[in-house]
Amino acid sequence: MSLAERAVARRGTNFELWSWYYFRISGVLLLFLALGHVYIVHILTPIEQVNYAFVAARYAKPFWRTYDLLLLLLAMSHGVNGMRLVLHDYIRSRPWRVFAYSVLYSAALIFTVLGALVIVTFQPVPE
Amino acid sequence: MYRGREGMWAWIFHRVSGIGVLLFLFIHIVDTALIGWGPGVYNAVTSIYHEWTIFRFLQFTLIAAVLYHSFNGLRVIVIDFWPKGYKYQRQLFYGAMALTVLALIPTGYFLLGPVFGIETRQG
Ligand code: HEM
Ligand code: HEM
Repeated sequence: MSLAERAVARRGTNFELWSWYYFRISGVLLLFLALGHVYIVHILTPIEQVNYAFVAARYAKPFWRTYDLLLLLLAMSHGVNGMRLVLHDYIRSRPWRVFAYSVLYSAALIFTVLGALVIVTFQPVPE
Repeated sequence: MYRGREGMWAWIFHRVSGIGVLLFLFIHIVDTALIGWGPGVYNAVTSIYHEWTIFRFLQFTLIAAVLYHSFNGLRVIVIDFWPKGYKYQRQLFYGAMALTVLALIPTGYFLLGPVFGIETRQG
């Protein structure tokens, strides 16, 4: 049974169908954004040169801030949506599952806000 | 859905790599946030990424996970949207594996070369 079929059988709602599409759409975008990011910090730039000056130079351009913000939002939402399915599959007790979801969503919210704040507000200081 | 053993392993690896990368993302948001404490703190943090041998291996593992998850994710999408895709799911799995290994070669060279005394490039 495909994930979508499994999903519809489970919930009988449209939500899982949207989730199924979201995995695929965000997945294709992440293919470029995440692999691009790793390519930049490991192949284009020697990892030895990835430091404060490197980030300050990159974040001088709004383009890279936008890129990182998109990467953050997509990777987080895609990953958390995936983790939701994993918890659903392995935690059979309903109260514990609700508890696990709450921990997951709270952590996602806090880390997304922290990450976004850093990307938007970072101002380099002279070294 | 899982025709044969490859499909099962493909799914297990996909799940494990997805969870692993998400875990890293949480850590990574914190290490990046330390940039707010200025060059002293941030350079100390980023130097761990290349100075600690264990971190070079961890990054190699992380990149392997990202690559596998990406290429296998693409495989899943192809199987879903290409009507004949499921017939080739096994070949597509080997294709995803091959792409992962190929893409890991340059990464491995730059990341792990110095660990084994190979001069790759100056820092
Ligand atoms: C780089 C490109 C990526 C692609 C092409 C991709 C693709 C996919 C697809 C298609 C699925 C759904 C699988 C299914 O329906 O059976 C999925 C699941 C998942 N992805 Fe990704 N993904 C990518 C990046 C990421 C990243 C960056 C993370 C972590 C932050 C992540 C974490 C997950 C998790 C946890 C699942 C759920 C696994 C499961 O249910 O077994 N993915 N991915
Ligand atoms: C070990 C490999 C990696 C290294 C060395 C690395 C390095 C960096 C650096 C230096 C930054 C600072 C901003 C910039 O220059 O763009 C950054 C930010 C970021 N990286 Fe990575 N990265 C790695 C892997 C990843 C992966 C696999 C993901 C996707 C899941 C990712 C997602 C992000 C995000 C979302 C940000 C923005 C963080 C924030 O919100 O402040 N990185 N990374």
